Amino acid sequence: MMNLTLKIWRQKDSNTKGQMVDYKVTDISEHMSFLEMLDVLNEQLVNSGEEPVAFDHDCREGICGMCSLYINGEAHGPDRGITTCQLHMRMFNDGDTITIEPFRAAAFPVIKDLVVDRMAFERIQHAGGYISVNTSGNTQDANALPISKHDADEAMDAAACIGCGACVATCKNSSAMLFVGAKISQYALLPQGQVEAADRVQNMVAQMDLEGFGNCTNTGACEIECPKGISLENIARMNREYLKASLKG
Amino acid sequence: MVLDSKVPKGPIKDKWTTYKDKIDLVNPANKRHIDVIVVGTGLAGGSAAATLAELGYNVKAFAYQDSPRRAHSIAAQGGINAAKNYMGDGDSNYRLFYDTVKGGDYRSREANVYRLAEVSGNIIDQCVAQGVPFARDYGGLLDNRSFGGVLVSRTFYAKGQTGQQLLLGAYSAMNRQIARGKIEMFNRHEMLDVVKVDGKARGIIARNLITGEIERHSAHAVVIASGGYGNVYFLSTNAMGSNATAAWKIHKKGAYFANPCFTQIHPTCIPRSGDYQSKLTLMSESLRNDGRIWVPAKIEDAKAIQEGKLKPTQIAEEDRDYYLERRYPAFGNLVPRDVASRAAKERCDAGYGVNATGEAVYLDFAAAFERYGKEQAKIKGLKNASKEEIIKLGQEIIEEKYGNLFQMYEKIIAENPYETPMMIYPATHYTMGGVWVDYNLMTTVPGLYCIGEANFSDHGANRLGASALMQGLADGYFVLPYTIGDYLSDDIRTGKISTDTKEFEDVENEVKDRIEFFINNKGTKSVDHFHKRLGKVMWDKVGMSRNEKDLKEAMAEIKAIREEFWKEVKVPGTANEMNPELEKAGRVADFLELGELFAKDALIRNESCGGHFREESVELDGEQKGEAKRNDKDYAFVSAWEYKGEPSDAVLHKEELEFKDIELKQRSYK
Repeated sequence: MMNLTLKIWRQKDSNTKGQMVDYKVTDISEHMSFLEMLDVLNEQLVNSGEEPVAFDHDCREGICGMCSLYINGEAHGPDRGITTCQLHMRMFNDGDTITIEPFRAAAFPVIKDLVVDRMAFERIQHAGGYISVNTSGNTQDANALPISKHDADEAMDAAACIGCGACVATCKNSSAMLFVGAKISQYALLPQGQVEAADRVQNMVAQMDLEGFGNCTNTGACEIECPKGISLENIARMNREYLKASLKG
Repeated sequence: MVLDSKVPKGPIKDKWTTYKDKIDLVNPANKRHIDVIVVGTGLAGGSAAATLAELGYNVKAFAYQDSPRRAHSIAAQGGINAAKNYMGDGDSNYRLFYDTVKGGDYRSREANVYRLAEVSGNIIDQCVAQGVPFARDYGGLLDNRSFGGVLVSRTFYAKGQTGQQLLLGAYSAMNRQIARGKIEMFNRHEMLDVVKVDGKARGIIARNLITGEIERHSAHAVVIASGGYGNVYFLSTNAMGSNATAAWKIHKKGAYFANPCFTQIHPTCIPRSGDYQSKLTLMSESLRNDGRIWVPAKIEDAKAIQEGKLKPTQIAEEDRDYYLERRYPAFGNLVPRDVASRAAKERCDAGYGVNATGEAVYLDFAAAFERYGKEQAKIKGLKNASKEEIIKLGQEIIEEKYGNLFQMYEKIIAENPYETPMMIYPATHYTMGGVWVDYNLMTTVPGLYCIGEANFSDHGANRLGASALMQGLADGYFVLPYTIGDYLSDDIRTGKISTDTKEFEDVENEVKDRIEFFINNKGTKSVDHFHKRLGKVMWDKVGMSRNEKDLKEAMAEIKAIREEFWKEVKVPGTANEMNPELEKAGRVADFLELGELFAKDALIRNESCGGHFREESVELDGEQKGEAKRNDKDYAFVSAWEYKGEPSDAVLHKEELEFKDIELKQRSYK
C-alpha cells in the first residue's frame, strides 16, 4: 500500500488559466491501474464536495486511444509500450510525488483539466486517410488480390496506431509526423492504396502543417513513447512518398 | 400491438434477394433531401453512416468519444467470421447460418441469421478493398483461424486487433464522407432522448459534452447503434463509457426491449484483483485454440496455490484437472463461451480456483510451445534440437499469433505467461438481448432503427466468437442501407423536419429537468457507489447461474437501490460545462431500470438456454446430467417488453420463433 502526493493540472475550461494543484491519496494498491488510482482520488473529491479531475479514458485496455496524460514528464508515464490506462501503480513507490499534466501542444488545446482537444488529428484523417471505395457488395473477391505477407504485416504494424497523440505530446517540436506517417505507410504498403497515393500524402501533409504541428528533427522520442511501437521508418516512408508525389507534379 | 417480424415469404435461401428486388428505392436526387441520424459510431453505426452517406443521404453521426475511431468495437481482438470457404473445409452460407442458430441455442430468428451468413463474404471483400490489413499466408492469400463452438476455420483476423482494424476501415469510409460534407460528425455528444412526431422518430435531443449545451437535431429516420448494456454489471469488458441510455430511452418512448436476460459471460478474461477494479480485460478466446485450461485436481494443491505457497509449474501433469477436456471430449477447450464460463465457475465454487481470490483457472500454453516447436524444428531441419530449443521455437510461433495478448497480460498481472500459465476468469462481455427489431431492423417505433449489439436480432441466447464484428458490419454496410430506403421512399416529399415544434420542446424540457435534478439534488453518495451496488446484485443474482429466489430478490433489491439513488445521488459541478459525473449519473439511472427488467426477463424464462442458465432447468440423468436443459415447447419465443412505467410493470409480448430450416436439437459438445 502506498501514500502519494499528486500534482495535477486543473483548468476550468479552455478560456480560463490553469494551475497545478496538490492532492494526497492513501492506501493505493500496487495492483491498481493509474486511472483506478485517479478514480480513488475522484471518489474522495466527490465525497468532500469538490469537483473531480476530468481526464479522458474509455476502453481501459490500451486500444481506444482516448486516454492521454503526461506523467512525471512522460507521455503515458514511466513504462514502455503501454497507454496510461495500462500503467500500473507498481511502477511507483510509497511516498512518491507524481506530476500529472495534459498532453501539451499548440494543436491540442486544453478543454478541461487533463482533457485536450485532438480534433486536429481528425481533420488530417478527413484530408486523405481513406481509400475511395464505395460499399457496394460488388468489390472483387478478397483473394483476387494476393498481397505479400511481408507487406501485409508491415501495413498492419503501421495501422496499429491508436491516434492517442503521445507522439505529439512528447516531441519537442510537437510534430505529428509519426501519426501521419503511420497512416500514409499503411496505404503505401498495400496495392489498394496506390491509386490515390500521391494525392493522399500531399493532402494529409498540407493539413498537418495547417494545424500547426511542428517539423520532425529526428530525435526519435515519438517512437520511444508510442504505446504501439510505431516505427520511425514510417516517417521516412512518408517523406519518400511525399518526394515521389512532388516529383510527379 | 401484435409483433410483426416482417420476414419475407419464400425459401430461406431466396428471401433476402427477392426482398431486395422488390423494395421501394429512393432515387439519387431525392436522397439529397433526406436526413438520417446515426447514434454511435462503432462497427454498426460507423459502417451505416458511411454507407448511407455514400448513397446520398445527409447523415448526422453522434459519438460520445472524441472520435468515431474510439468506439468500443475497437477492442474486439479475435476476428470476424465469413463463409468464404477459403480453407476448403466444407464451409458454406448454410453452415455458418446453422452454426449461428445452434450456437444461439435456437432463440434467434432464422431469416435474419441466414441473411447475416449470406452477406458475410461481402464484408471481407469490402474490408480488403478499404485497406484492412488482414493476416495473410506466405502465398499472399488471406489466412483463417478456427474459433470456439464450430468445426471449420472461417475466422479472418488482423493480429489480435481485428476489431481495431475493421473499425478503422469503417472510420476511414466515414472520413471520406465527412470530407465530402455528407456526414456531419458530432464528437463528444451524447444522445439523451428521441423525439417522435406523429408517431414517427424524427429527431433526437443531444448534449454537447464539452459545453453542456442541449441541442435539437431532426431527421427523417433515426438509427440507434449504441452497443450493448454489459455495464449494468458495473464490471465488464465494456469501455467505461459504454452505456444503454440511447437504447433505454427509445424503449421508454415505445420501442420494445427484447431478451434482456441473454447476456454473454466470456470465459477468457483477466481475473479481478481488488475492490478498486474499474473494468475487466478480455483476452481473445482464440487463445483457447492453443491453450489448455486446468485447475489442480487435488484440493490441497488449490489451497496452497491460493495461499501463494505453490506454483502451477510445480504441479505434476497427473495432478492437473483439464476439466473441459475431461467433460467435453469432442470440443475440449473449444466449447462455446457459456459452457466454458460455467465450467470455470463450477470448479472455482468447488474450491479449486487459483490465485488469491480463488476466482481464476489456468490457461496453459506449455503443450502448444512443444507442438509448434517440434514442427518448426522439422521445417528448419534441426535434427537434434534440445527441449529448450524446441520450446523457444514454439514460443516464437505463439508470440507471432498472440504476442500482444501475452504482453497485455504481463502488464496487468506482472507475470510472464511464457513462463507460467495465464490465469483467467469469466466476465460479462456481450449482450445478445437488446432493442426488438423486425427483418428491416426497424423497432416498434416507425422510422426508428436499431443495429449492431444494441439490437437483439441475430445471436439468440448466445453469440459465437467472431460473430459480433460480422453482425455489426453486416447491419451497417449491407442490410440497413437497403431496408431504410424502403421506409424513406415515403418521405421524399416531406421536406426538412423542423426542430422548432412542441414535440422537440417537450422532450428537450424532460431532458433539461433531469439534468437540473441531478445538479441540484445535493445527495450524499457518488454515482459510482450506486453503480457498484447494482453491479454486485446483478453478478451475484443475475449472473452466470440464476434461480427463481435470487431473481425475485434481485428485482426488489434493484428497485430499492434505484429509489435510494434518486434520493441520495450526489453530482458535483454544473450543467453547463464538461461534467463526467453528470454523464455517469444519467447512464446509471437508466441501468437501474434496465437491471430490473433484465431480472424480470430472466425470471419468466424458466429454461436454460445459451448464456441464460436456470438452475431449475437442468438434465436430471443420463450422459448430460447437470447440463443446461432447454424447453422448446414453452420458450421458443423472443420476449419483447413494452414499457409501462416501472420496470416491474413492463408487459410481455412474445414473438414465436419458427424453425423451418433447422431441426431443433439439444446442444451437445461432449
